[in-house]
Amino acid sequence: MKRARIRWHILVFLTPAVLVYTAVMMFPLFNTLRLALYTRIDQERVFVGLDNFRTLFFDPIWADQFWNALGNNFWFFVIHMLVQNPIGIALAALLSHPRLRFAVLYRSAIFIPTILSFVIVGFAWKLILSPIWGIAPDMLDWIGLKSLYAPWLGKEEYALTTLALVSVWQFVGIPMMLIYAALITIPDEILEAGEVDGITGLSAFWKIKLPLILPSIGIISILTFVGNFNAFDLIYAAQGALAGPDYSTDILGTFMYRTFFGFQLQLGDPHMGSAIASGMFIVILIGVCIYLFGIQTRMRRYQM
Amino acid sequence: MKRNTLGIALLTTALAGTSALAMDATITIESWRNDDLKLWQEKIIPAFEAKHPNISVKFTPSAPAEYNAVLNSKLDAGSAGDLITCRPFDASLALYDAGHLSDLSGLEAMNNFSAVAKSAWQTDDGSASFCVPMASVIHGFIYNKDAFAELGLDVPATEDEFFAALEAIKADGTYIPMAMGTNDQWEAATMGYNNIGPNYWKGEEGRLALIAGEQKLTDAGWVAPYATLARWGAYLGDGYEAQTYPDSQNIFTLGRAAIYPAGSWEVSGFNSLADFEMGAFKPPVQNAGDTCYISDHTDIGIGMNAASKNPEAAQTFLAWVASPEFAGIFANALPGFFPLSSTPVEINDPLAAEFVSWRGECESTIRSTYQILSRGTPNLENDTWGASVAAIKGASSPEDLGQKLQEGLASWYAPQQ
Repeated sequence: MKRARIRWHILVFLTPAVLVYTAVMMFPLFNTLRLALYTRIDQERVFVGLDNFRTLFFDPIWADQFWNALGNNFWFFVIHMLVQNPIGIALAALLSHPRLRFAVLYRSAIFIPTILSFVIVGFAWKLILSPIWGIAPDMLDWIGLKSLYAPWLGKEEYALTTLALVSVWQFVGIPMMLIYAALITIPDEILEAGEVDGITGLSAFWKIKLPLILPSIGIISILTFVGNFNAFDLIYAAQGALAGPDYSTDILGTFMYRTFFGFQLQLGDPHMGSAIASGMFIVILIGVCIYLFGIQTRMRRYQM
Repeated sequence: MKRNTLGIALLTTALAGTSALAMDATITIESWRNDDLKLWQEKIIPAFEAKHPNISVKFTPSAPAEYNAVLNSKLDAGSAGDLITCRPFDASLALYDAGHLSDLSGLEAMNNFSAVAKSAWQTDDGSASFCVPMASVIHGFIYNKDAFAELGLDVPATEDEFFAALEAIKADGTYIPMAMGTNDQWEAATMGYNNIGPNYWKGEEGRLALIAGEQKLTDAGWVAPYATLARWGAYLGDGYEAQTYPDSQNIFTLGRAAIYPAGSWEVSGFNSLADFEMGAFKPPVQNAGDTCYISDHTDIGIGMNAASKNPEAAQTFLAWVASPEFAGIFANALPGFFPLSSTPVEINDPLAAEFVSWRGECESTIRSTYQILSRGTPNLENDTWGASVAAIKGASSPEDLGQKLQEGLASWYAPQQ
């Protein structure tokens, strides 16, 4: 009888990735969770258990900010789900049309904003929408709709939606690319078989293509969810850490940043900041679990 | 044998190191004023080194937004410079409490400064001072002299004249009456509320009473500035809600606006950008002849790293910073940042000189929210930003704003409870 050989190569290939991942992901994550259980009293770090979370959820001053940020985060996500993903799917469907000319050009043009830095996007859109130098008021003026213009980024009721739409503009390329990739893997035979049965045009999309790309849509939804709840950069670049006007664009990321690092006269509090970061982690964890166990397991997959 | 050589090598380095120390020292300055790098390298440091040839000084600034974080990590790691440029109030107090800054109360040169000037870098009871005051900024309004001449307007001294002037500019239509936006929020509080406010709460008197708990933010003196700010909204130009701080600066320096609510730090920038003549007027008083109060806000100080390896050299430098010679160089190289030493300094820039001349006519105070009151959660300074914006937009009534701020302050500040 031959003893099973230890398969060293598995160990050798896995170790570097595990080490790197542990050092840059696992350790900081657990350290943040740990930091949330402490507070600083007179230069000493003191263990306080879940007290920071009690403050965060039940002290009205903190809780108001937290729920405001969480609510804004949900609205940010809803806009992405309602605008970014349908547009992404529609664009992909158009691009995968075999008779469309210059498809490559459109595809690149729509994808380019995705590779731009948040700072550039935030700054460029701030200029475009600026009431003073922006081209938005002028362009509306040309078509006689100047009355529709408002200083959107400065108004409580519009600012968050405006920023969400800017983010949609930036990232619409991602769902487009993923769906496009899924669409072109659908074999022609299936579509032709549908055609024989009289299913063409739009109904071919609804009845054949859409069910086949549903798993990709699921992946895109979860990527959007994680991305949106981790968002910070665009709001920070466009509105600053105080996420004005009057905290109307404050999301968990900016709230965490302000608390952790401090802002202006407000001194940083790494422990409360970590508590907020842990809150973000839990929200994302719950969201991902709902998707994994509630939605993905029920999704039907088709052999193609 | 090998180890021995290494040992000797180390020893020699150490010896060389100490002997170099005894002969001359290099001191390093941490700062967020990277805009001033040239000024330090070309004027301040050479002037100091000429007097103290055995001390060489290095100025190593970092970006303003990162300064606090960078400095804290350097201090914790023990790699921070010998001298530390101090932010006013709690940020520096925290460094002192953590043992990073030395107590400078014994430094003789500290007597060159008034109590208000030192207040930004003292413990709450005033027993220890830990930074030498370097500069302050004064609030007021900068105006376009050409525009005022064109419209035949006089510089307003009272509030009625101020609003009459704004109305006249608006009626004429050539200029935006006042260049300020609310997008970045802080201008509304800093150049709005804390600019005009001291005239209502009577400067230091009101500020100290608020800290002592004898006045409340719901008192008339603290609410009235919001009512005045509410009248500003009509004169700020289209879309001011989304106008940023750089937008306002550009609008004014391009000559499109007549008045700019300002801090004196704008002086040097505006001098190089604007091609019209500028003047400044102080925050208008309510009735002609009232005592005027100005916000002469302590902004920059410099202290000594408690872990400095060259404490004598560092103290020599600090004593020099407190001297009239430094004040003279600094004030004229950076017009708009005014030295705080009690000896008056001749300032050549006319606009900056106009600002500093108010010190003789008015009572000085500092921004109301900076000392002690922004220590807790909710942060009074941040809330004041929001409240000032809400006042200008007319989103809340002045009384409601005062009520909300008072509730927030009272929730953690014992003297107000």
